[in-house]
Amino acid sequence: MANKKMTIIASKGSLDMAYPPLILATTAAAMDMDVTIFFTFYGLEMIKRGNADKLKVSPLGNPAMPMPVPIPTLVAALPGMETVATMMMKSMFKKHGVATIGQLLELAKEAGVKLIACQMTMDVMGYKQSDIIDGVEFGGAATWMDIAAESQVNLFI
Amino acid sequence: MSADIKFDQMLDAKGMSCPLPILKTKKAVEALTKDQVLKVETTDAGSKNDMASWAKRTGNEILKVEEGSGTFTFYIKKTA
Repeated sequence: MANKKMTIIASKGSLDMAYPPLILATTAAAMDMDVTIFFTFYGLEMIKRGNADKLKVSPLGNPAMPMPVPIPTLVAALPGMETVATMMMKSMFKKHGVATIGQLLELAKEAGVKLIACQMTMDVMGYKQSDIIDGVEFGGAATWMDIAAESQVNLFI
Repeated sequence: MSADIKFDQMLDAKGMSCPLPILKTKKAVEALTKDQVLKVETTDAGSKNDMASWAKRTGNEILKVEEGSGTFTFYIKKTA
């Protein structure tokens, strides 16, 4: 029986939003599915060389983010708040035995997850192919569509 | 009760969160030969359902699940 297939479009580059595509991709691969992640726009930040574990999360514009004390929006806009929020989230993840983005990315590659970087957004943002980690292919919408048309699960994150 | 089930390998996934228990289980089961049994211990409360779904999807068999004081113990037979 042919394996089921899944594609994910990873379009976000904040620390919190980098998790869902990588968690789902590694899990699906562990469940014998053929998985493709298409990195576009800010999702490219995950696969920029040396950048996976440098992603940040901002409390600004995110009223749902749990904070030890309520933070007024204007305070959340102050310099350094992003660093504080990022450190807080990373320590929460560590405490709960959650893998880092870099570890999940490695696990995904190890499990044979196909990684495709969107060439158009790379051009727009001025990224060279050499700026991207090894093992990534480059393509556009048609590349994704061809795989998506044969997949049972297609997600945009 | 657990003495009834013999296992060939053991995986300690305690303290790990989703999706690590599943990813580690997959690797450990792959290293077994057919009909061997892996014992996995987890503390992730989601792992009870996750492990069942994983086994169903990959065609492996969960022989037994034990729950006690925040720990889940799975006996998984490599049948796929």
